[in-house]
Amino acid sequence: MLDAVAKTLDTKGDLCPIPVVKAAKAIKEVGVGQVLEILATDPASKPDFAAWSKMTGHKLLSSSEEAGPPKVFRFMIQRAR
Amino acid sequence: MAETALRPAPMPSEAETAETPAPAPAAKRLVIVLTKATLDDVYPAFILANTGAASGMEVDLYFTFWGMKLLDKRTAKKTKLSPVGNPAMGMPNILAVLPGATAMATAMMKRKIKKYWPTIPEMMQQAREMGVRMHACSPTMGLMGLAEEHLIEGVDIVGASAFLGWASDNAVTIFI
Repeated sequence: MLDAVAKTLDTKGDLCPIPVVKAAKAIKEVGVGQVLEILATDPASKPDFAAWSKMTGHKLLSSSEEAGPPKVFRFMIQRAR
Repeated sequence: MAETALRPAPMPSEAETAETPAPAPAAKRLVIVLTKATLDDVYPAFILANTGAASGMEVDLYFTFWGMKLLDKRTAKKTKLSPVGNPAMGMPNILAVLPGATAMATAMMKRKIKKYWPTIPEMMQQAREMGVRMHACSPTMGLMGLAEEHLIEGVDIVGASAFLGWASDNAVTIFI
């Protein structure tokens, strides 16, 4: 069961590095253990959020894409600390 | 026999072995040296710096030579793009050297960039808010006509030793 989303961050239209910069702010606005949902259209966002989760320790629970155009990526990230 | 082999292995202290919550991933360090202040050098520097800070890295930006134009109150907001010696841009050098060519190329590029990224002053502000540290290189300040009172807020003056100190702290080091 997927934890309920505590907050949704819409970065559609933003390019690297803006989505990650916004995510760094937004993750602090959810509690530890809560889930931040991120929507993005940057084609680099999949590898970028995977790397970002690894570096920050926040858990990437899932990533999915919805066919476009524009193709929209959806990431569920659980705040770790 | 190597003397070091006789030394007992350091034992973890009690505090370290005691049960603690999962430690935060080790903060890594990013050090970028920026020697120029043209748009095509400044954007990559700030994109990496801001991404690093957003990823939990400690980030230091070391400005030297023309890079320090960004730290100078008088020139901080005047980043330009030179079409000279930039064959990929497609402007022949013979035209690129004409008066106004740099201004034109800069205006065109800034207009295009606006669609993708914040402006350089906005990127710098963002960097600051995320804790990216910015440093002026003391040996080249005089050379670039820069005195301490010309520096924008929040910039300190360091030398090569400081840079090497951070770089040897297991940092990712990039020279632009």
